[in-house]
Amino acid sequence: MSKYHKLFTASAIGLCMAFPAYAEKFGLGRPALPEEIAAWDLDVAPDGTGLPHGSGDVFTGEEVFAEQCAICHGDFAEGVDNWPKLAGGEGTLADKDPLKTVGSYWPYLSTVWDYVNRSMPFGNAQSLEPDDVYAMVAYILYSNDIVDDEFTLSHENFLEVEMPNAEGFIVDDRDTSEAHFWTDEPCMKDCKESVEITMRAAVLDVTPEETEANATETQTTVQEASAEVEVEAKEESAAEEIAALDPEMIESGEKVFKKCKSCHQVGEGAKHRTGPALNGIIGANAGAVEGFKYSKAMKAAADEGLVWNDEEMSAFLASPKAYMKGTRMSFAGLKKEDDIQAVIVYLKSFGG
Amino acid sequence: MSDNSKGKATSRRQFLSGAAAVGVGAVGSGAARAASPDPLITQVQEWAQATGEGVDATPYGLPIQFEKDVVRRNVEWLTADTISSINFTPIHALDGTITPQGCAFERHHSGAIELSKPDYRLMINGLVDTPLVFTYEDLERFPRENRVYFCECAANTGMEWAGAQLNGAQFTHGMIHNMEYSGVPLRTLLEEAGVKPAGKWIYVEGADASSNGRSIPLEKAMDDVLVAFKANGEALRKEHGYPVRLVVPGWEGNMWVKWLRRVEVTEMAIESREETSKYTDTLEDGTSRKWSWVMDAKSVVTSPSPQAPITHGPGPLVITGLAWSGRGSITGVDVSVDGGKNWVPARLAAPGTDKALTRFYLDYNWDGSEMLLQARAKDSSGYVQPTKAQLRDVRGENSIYHNNCIQTWWIKESGEAENVEVS
Repeated sequence: MSKYHKLFTASAIGLCMAFPAYAEKFGLGRPALPEEIAAWDLDVAPDGTGLPHGSGDVFTGEEVFAEQCAICHGDFAEGVDNWPKLAGGEGTLADKDPLKTVGSYWPYLSTVWDYVNRSMPFGNAQSLEPDDVYAMVAYILYSNDIVDDEFTLSHENFLEVEMPNAEGFIVDDRDTSEAHFWTDEPCMKDCKESVEITMRAAVLDVTPEETEANATETQTTVQEASAEVEVEAKEESAAEEIAALDPEMIESGEKVFKKCKSCHQVGEGAKHRTGPALNGIIGANAGAVEGFKYSKAMKAAADEGLVWNDEEMSAFLASPKAYMKGTRMSFAGLKKEDDIQAVIVYLKSFGG
Repeated sequence: MSDNSKGKATSRRQFLSGAAAVGVGAVGSGAARAASPDPLITQVQEWAQATGEGVDATPYGLPIQFEKDVVRRNVEWLTADTISSINFTPIHALDGTITPQGCAFERHHSGAIELSKPDYRLMINGLVDTPLVFTYEDLERFPRENRVYFCECAANTGMEWAGAQLNGAQFTHGMIHNMEYSGVPLRTLLEEAGVKPAGKWIYVEGADASSNGRSIPLEKAMDDVLVAFKANGEALRKEHGYPVRLVVPGWEGNMWVKWLRRVEVTEMAIESREETSKYTDTLEDGTSRKWSWVMDAKSVVTSPSPQAPITHGPGPLVITGLAWSGRGSITGVDVSVDGGKNWVPARLAAPGTDKALTRFYLDYNWDGSEMLLQARAKDSSGYVQPTKAQLRDVRGENSIYHNNCIQTWWIKESGEAENVEVS
């Protein structure tokens, strides 16, 4: 033991006069307050530990789901594009391509409640009230044919729900089922008679091109160069406009935009995600960003000549669904007028 | 003056066609004779005449422009969105064992967040005598350790279960990095709070919107788990959990919770989304393994490989790769050039260390004929890396996770390489 350690132990003992029960403690940190633990300790265990009081029915769940989840998971929890499918797949786990959903795979209902409550909706986590979570989980169960449409889920009947794949798991058994991999002295010479190539990656050809990044870069440069002369004059005035924007507003708008980021990109190299890329959106015609598939509602508004000026955009952002019934933008809206104005200024900083 | 020696990164194809001509002349004759004097030598070059950049030109340095292809890469079709996705370490272009942070693979569930040290809090709660809150500064006052460990995503090589799919070591094996961590043993923090006898597990959780959380048996938590704040000597990168992440040596990367904000001592596993619906391994009969935490012994030849073809023709060739095991240290790596018929022991660059990457070399005299190149790792527990057929016999093809099979690169006479499966 080093001198330092001895010294340290001595002083630790000194410190521990205040905490006589624990001789080896460092006395660092402070006790967590009950309110702090309540705010962070949200996880729910399979036996229901951690589940708050509340309830929600399938009917309410369907509404909340359509509003909050359907854009990625589909109206019937069937999944959009590469986003997770939440329903279906029963009896497929031994198939070549198993479909793992809440109904076909998840062993515990607590996991569904806990995950929705803590981690969803994507980009706006921990914004749901317990009753909404109960309702959404009830709807997910219904979409998996686990409960009927009259069902109400609550903290009281939570443990009564039987998950179809509850018995489908075993604890890691590699030590026994794969004991033959512990061979110590593997074969070194003449281990097999012949070797044939049985499959080639080039056949599938799904590997990203090594030079893709460079190629895109060159292309863009060429395009920019040819377009440069034309737009120079325009750009100059645009640059002046951007320079006139309040940098503080841009900065706070950037913070507000974090709420939009899970679906929208803006800035250099922005691509369409769940929502369209937003460069130059303020002042642009609605539904006109190239290469994006808009909802019928947005197309109709575009046909009627909607332009995203400050006023229209403010109204849309305050409550998208109320402003435009049928929009695919499943976002509750920005409550604060200041946030709306800031995010509009931020968007303007990417052209308009 | 030289006209083509700087600025451009030569593409793989250009490089190959140029190299073939040089290679032929070199066969069997030792060092090739130059036909004419090399202007790079006979002419005074710009860099030997004018001055270069002064100090401070780049206060925090990045790799030189010629290395701009050595970067993380994403496979777009794998996931719905880059915010919840993974990319791959360019292991085909690296050497040694330490992975630079800037090109070490990233895996996010809700994107990489920016959490400052002043805003950082770590809570220890649950079955403890005194639930505690630590600031970043508090953590820096506990006795610290330095340890090198690999971090491998459980899904590394996961796209290869059903057959050879991705053409490059970066894509087949790049969900791995290996860093030197500085941090505080989790044991120290748990002891500071005082674990109650009923506590059998911990549940660890991150501060990002995914609130990724995993259950870990208390025994592991009290053994070698670190609460780390530095990697390779500097602060963790944002994408790796700045300012504080968990290091769970030898166990799957998903458990290495980033932006660590809470450690709860519990009686049982929480069975969170990440340990039930994901990171469980479905076997052929449809049942699934859970709690398959440890990463099995594994190795891969990083060069030559599809992204790192042989460009110099026959003659001396350095065959090199990486090996690792979550159960201990690498004790040996064998290499086969004939698809697993015969094996020769490779040279370990340094003796294997506990749960860290080991670099191996086979200094080889290539005769220019085709090779089916494989590596096979052995670890200190006596485990020998299995073939893909052996793994499929036990696990089927739907496991997704924990594919540690022997990888085969088909090296063609041209020096190009392809990911293949062999009988």
